[in-house]
Amino acid sequence: MPQTLAVELIEPGVRLITLQRPQALNALTTELLGELADELNAAQADPATRAVVVTGSRKAFAAGADLKEMAECNLVGVLNDPRQASWQSITRFSKPLIAAVNGFALGGGCELAMHADIIIAGEDARFGQPEINLGIMPGAGGTQRLLRAVGKSMAMQMVLTGDAIDAHQAQRAGLVSEVTQPELTVERAVQVARSIAAKAPLAVRLAKEALLKAMDTDLASGLRFERHAFTLLAGTRDRDEGIRAFQEKRRPNFTGE
Amino acid sequence: MNFEHILFSIEAGVALLSLNRPDQLNSFNTQMHGEVKEALKQVRQNPDVRVLLLTGEGRGFCAGQDLSDRNVAPGSAVPDLGESIEKFYNPMIRQLRDLPLPVICAVNGVAAGAGANIPLACDLVLAARSASFIQAFCKIGLIPDSGGTWTLPRLVGMARAKALALLGNRLTAEQAEQWGLIYRCVEDAELRDEALKLARHLATQPTYGLALIKRSLNASMSNSFDEQLELERDLQRLAGRSEDYREGVGAFMEKRSPSFKGR
Repeated sequence: MPQTLAVELIEPGVRLITLQRPQALNALTTELLGELADELNAAQADPATRAVVVTGSRKAFAAGADLKEMAECNLVGVLNDPRQASWQSITRFSKPLIAAVNGFALGGGCELAMHADIIIAGEDARFGQPEINLGIMPGAGGTQRLLRAVGKSMAMQMVLTGDAIDAHQAQRAGLVSEVTQPELTVERAVQVARSIAAKAPLAVRLAKEALLKAMDTDLASGLRFERHAFTLLAGTRDRDEGIRAFQEKRRPNFTGE
Repeated sequence: MNFEHILFSIEAGVALLSLNRPDQLNSFNTQMHGEVKEALKQVRQNPDVRVLLLTGEGRGFCAGQDLSDRNVAPGSAVPDLGESIEKFYNPMIRQLRDLPLPVICAVNGVAAGAGANIPLACDLVLAARSASFIQAFCKIGLIPDSGGTWTLPRLVGMARAKALALLGNRLTAEQAEQWGLIYRCVEDAELRDEALKLARHLATQPTYGLALIKRSLNASMSNSFDEQLELERDLQRLAGRSEDYREGVGAFMEKRSPSFKGR
């Protein structure tokens, strides 16, 4: 049983993972990240799971790393940080991951949200990388993913001053896709997950991979990958089903084959 | 906490906050800011409070910033007025606007400077017939703050907003009512009773639904039509889950008067 998070099967296909360390504003301890990685590995292995929503509490998605742990970690400790492996599991998760963010998403919490494919934010969400205030810097993709999401000037300002931005600023900058009422954030994220879960899983998986390719490769390579992925799908049963259902004006029944 | 510059009480769902520096026309100094902040915090945290009534003691409502707190002697360093706005006025204005319950302001006398704009951050403004509103900022080289430059044009239109802000003339309560700056102008002697009556009524109403109404109307001031339609959809979704909605519909079907709990 995980100690620091709760997992719910919302319906066949959609899992909801809720970070549950409210007393510490969901600070990302080694334990929590490890449990999150385990849950994503389990979701990865489960063919019935087609999308995952990760969320925190009404007050905080995750307010950063655990400072006590961090303070106890010297150079060698940081070098051998077991959390790196957890972050890698989260990065490698190949099914759609949606972050439903209410309240603070700061430091590691902002980085965790940016690991998700889609971010739905409650109106009072705040995103920031305050590491600089502690004499450190983002260490889980914050300087890389943030810049790609919001552009150089805003990323520099956020990372170098440590100042947070609100949900509407984040949406304008392209960090989040939707802003909603805080009471509805999780519901909306689950709706989006449900919508994705109803699509052909292989198409979703390859489309996600192709989009992520765009972040770290040149256009020609990205286009080549896209073409290969597109071609691969031509060999799937779901593609025939999708096109036939469209022609017959009925709802497709995708099996993931 | 004992308050010195404000009066604060909570009774039957009504929180009453009265600015109480009558000799200085209830102008704000640092201590009064601190006390108002503390009172608003109590209002926010106390689930029994279902309406806030804001007013002033003595002959004035509020004369804005106490300028003796801000003496700018020749040769002294340039003051950073943005700092006091960031620290005191803006959080108070945001709080009044965002409180999830109706906020009534009873303007009992002159409301000048920030004191003229604080009522505009409230939801229902009553004013005594002898009260007046003065955007006094322009007379000392400043601009209307506490949300004034945002609220004024939205309430009275740009032409009148500019006249008020650039001339700093006194606007009577009656004129303010005619222009749509405030909800209602009442006789001086009746102000407090009228305001309390309104507060007591609202304290029996479905507070959660009222808070959602307030939220949606506030948002409409800056939303596009489509954004607003989506907001209505989402807030109605929330309202529909409230106990008070169930009670309201139930009472209607059973032809009895509803008993709302505010949630």
